[in-house]
Amino acid sequence: MARYGMAIDTTKCVGCMDCVVACKTENNVPEGLNRDWIQTIVNGEFPNLTMEIRSERCNHCTNAPCVSCCPTGASHYHDGGIVLVHHDLCTGCKACVASCPYDARFINPEGYADKCTFCVHRVEEGKDPACVSVCPTYCMTLGDLDDPNSEISKLVKSKNNHTNLPEAGTIPNIYYLIGDNND
Amino acid sequence: MNSISRRRFLKIGAATAGVAATAGALSKFTKQGVKISSNIPEKGIYTIPTYCDLCFWKCNAIATVRDGKLWKIEGNPIDPMSKGRLCPRGTGGVGSYYDPDRLLKPLMRKNNRGEEKWVEVTWDEAFTFIADKMNKIKSEYGPEAVALFSHGIGGNFFKHLLKAYGSPNLAAPSFAQCRGPRDAGFRLTFGEDVGSPERTDIENSKFLVLIGSHLGENMHNTQVQEFATAIERGTKILVVDPRHSVAASKADWWFPIKPGTDIALILAWLNVIVNEELYDKDYIGKYAIGLDKLKQAVANNTPEWAYPITGIKAEVIRETAREMARYKPAALIHPGRHVTWYGDDSQRSRAIAILNALMGSWGRKGGFFSPVSLDIGAYPYPEYPHSEKGKVDNPDNKYPFAHETITTGIREATISGKPYPIKGWFVYATNLMFTLPNEEETIKAIQNLDLMVVVETLPSEITGWADVVLPEATYLERYDDLNVEFFKEPFVAIRQPVLEPAYETKPGWWMAKKLGEKLGLENYFPWKNIEEFLDTRLKTGGYSLEQIKKVGLIKGERQPIYFDEGVTPEFPTPSGKIELYSEQLAAYGFDPVPRYRKHEEPPTGYYRLLFGRSPVHSFGRTQSNPILFDMMKENEVWLNKFVADKLDLKSGDYVVLVNHDGVRSNRVMVKATERIRQDCVYIVHGFGHTSKGFVRSRGLGASDNQLVTKYKIDPIMGGTAQHLNFVSIEREA
Repeated sequence: MARYGMAIDTTKCVGCMDCVVACKTENNVPEGLNRDWIQTIVNGEFPNLTMEIRSERCNHCTNAPCVSCCPTGASHYHDGGIVLVHHDLCTGCKACVASCPYDARFINPEGYADKCTFCVHRVEEGKDPACVSVCPTYCMTLGDLDDPNSEISKLVKSKNNHTNLPEAGTIPNIYYLIGDNND
Repeated sequence: MNSISRRRFLKIGAATAGVAATAGALSKFTKQGVKISSNIPEKGIYTIPTYCDLCFWKCNAIATVRDGKLWKIEGNPIDPMSKGRLCPRGTGGVGSYYDPDRLLKPLMRKNNRGEEKWVEVTWDEAFTFIADKMNKIKSEYGPEAVALFSHGIGGNFFKHLLKAYGSPNLAAPSFAQCRGPRDAGFRLTFGEDVGSPERTDIENSKFLVLIGSHLGENMHNTQVQEFATAIERGTKILVVDPRHSVAASKADWWFPIKPGTDIALILAWLNVIVNEELYDKDYIGKYAIGLDKLKQAVANNTPEWAYPITGIKAEVIRETAREMARYKPAALIHPGRHVTWYGDDSQRSRAIAILNALMGSWGRKGGFFSPVSLDIGAYPYPEYPHSEKGKVDNPDNKYPFAHETITTGIREATISGKPYPIKGWFVYATNLMFTLPNEEETIKAIQNLDLMVVVETLPSEITGWADVVLPEATYLERYDDLNVEFFKEPFVAIRQPVLEPAYETKPGWWMAKKLGEKLGLENYFPWKNIEEFLDTRLKTGGYSLEQIKKVGLIKGERQPIYFDEGVTPEFPTPSGKIELYSEQLAAYGFDPVPRYRKHEEPPTGYYRLLFGRSPVHSFGRTQSNPILFDMMKENEVWLNKFVADKLDLKSGDYVVLVNHDGVRSNRVMVKATERIRQDCVYIVHGFGHTSKGFVRSRGLGASDNQLVTKYKIDPIMGGTAQHLNFVSIEREA
């Protein structure tokens, strides 16, 4: 069984928001809303500064609170662990929006909970998600974390990395690469 | 009455938020009335290759239409420029078609210029009016009295029209307001400039120096892609910038240099490299002249001398000079692009060129490659009429190394009537109110015109000053000239319509041809339609329109691009060599080797205004694009955290920037940050729109150009330096 995840190399990401624009056009995301976004974290004081820039979205968690709290079964695990929403089962109650520690969900004007789908419609055709395929810095990799020989598994193994809010216990599947692991 | 009072000028420029524009009386773009190209079926998914127009990099793209609607635009995988990946602006190109503020019908002004009150007219009425005026100007003043300002490849047909009419006065702001000094500096040194797309081999560089270039925020696609590749390959990166740019955050060294002192830093590097003999001896021996004179000239420019000027420690300058040389010839000192900063910019570019020469990077892998192109002929037009008067922009060769026309020189002549009067302006796709420094001078020049025509897709600020506004179809609805690119691989690319032109918009080529016919210039427009024009050009290279329409671009054979691969080293300077010491400059009384001269500094309470780019906007052309507007609605003024605390300001507060001449900006949000020095502030260019036609983006953010009232002219090539303005910061009342 595959477990889809993403590795995002923060040393290459320039925060240009191409991933955001590509997602919006690919998935017709309504104006004013977006399924992915850029986070920039600055540390230090002038002139000794470090900065991490990263592209964020739903972490397609293995232990997803949005799935466990959904009263209708609309939020569910799809093949490969991709977390999706059945639009027709969703009542727009916002329980999932409140439960997500990553603030990755919003209510679509059509009335259902909306978020990143890992572009499952593209992935099932053997393509990369829109954000991955557009990135001018080639900083994103989607793949199977359960396959030790996949590109993503090799990256996570060979580079220093972190996930977001691991303390939330959600077991997120997006890894942020922060440089070579020389151990 | 040519003068315009300050009060009235401010009134014209003032944005009154929330009031529906008078443009509201005009047609508004809605998704009804949108038509897909007639050759695309209503159902299913279809793709059409074309090339992008969101900036002037001209990446090859593929537009996807789904069930009769434009869905998305992606990079063309076979394209050497985009490698199948567009930048955020190109990806958001869909929004340029669906932009609600688009111009939809030809307009003529109702009252005075600048009032933005319009009457909708037919194309024929517009052309008749323009042709009558042009004929009148021709008989009274001669054809030279009509000038063209144009930007981008779409301007080709208007350049042709104006040349056929008999005017030599055609200019693009990309020279005197942007890259001109860089090109002059490199031509004086190597005999050639770096072109666009630049011939920088970033992906193979082993040591990369960026001086003010903020790649990653500046989204020149191929450069950003290669920059990311360089990061991955472990290239040593050194960024010189008063601001901690995105590129600086990726760098091994960040030099937060004092603005205006870059030349001192480069001279100190040269001093170390020459004195410690770290340069590429073999290369310099074979290809360059003037090393001894260079050595003498920089003898006193030690890192210790540079430290108090630049704020960069002497040992760090020395260490980085040695490190740079360790990686030669793959040590690339990027020439930058927008380099009109302080008025001695050609000399700064000369210094950068000399440093590159010492590294032996010109013509070498990881330095500057030699671009290649396909042999596609021009259309066989009859010869253009010769102008006895010559160009108006550079009288008596005042700026001896201006190898392109100077926009601001045309403006100057329009104001003064010297060396001869200019009575008509054609403006194609360039918003002169955001482009040329000192708006008031631009307005003063416009007051002297008998004819002012603007060709645009959007109601940019300059359209407000036009007599006639001609609404162009966007790049997704038209053919344009071929892109015969000079790059790492030779190719020719096509732009072709994906959709029918919306409402009454028309392609530029159609306007130029129709107007040409009205002016009696039919013999200069012998082609029946654009397809025939393109096919004729393509046939000269052995290709056809039918063939290229399917694929978007046709690539030629890979050819050598480095000296080591067999490119013949040629330096078309007077000496035929790389000129480290420039006799050409000496002959005109300029410094033959660049020297550092101190620039004026901001008085107490003032900060130097710097400006740059955002990755999601192109100039001031995309703020109304609904997708890109969504990404970034307004710019922020970057203010050092310590300074912000002192002024009792925090991020999110709104302030007004007031320049040394008392010009006040729009309200703009503060970004209090550690990422900038205390003596300067920074905003992204292109915001602070005032045009009534921009319904949503109007009044959002501040316009740097409005605050650029002071500018210095580069005496070598006539470029206008714009980083010389100081602003104070007032809390919004």
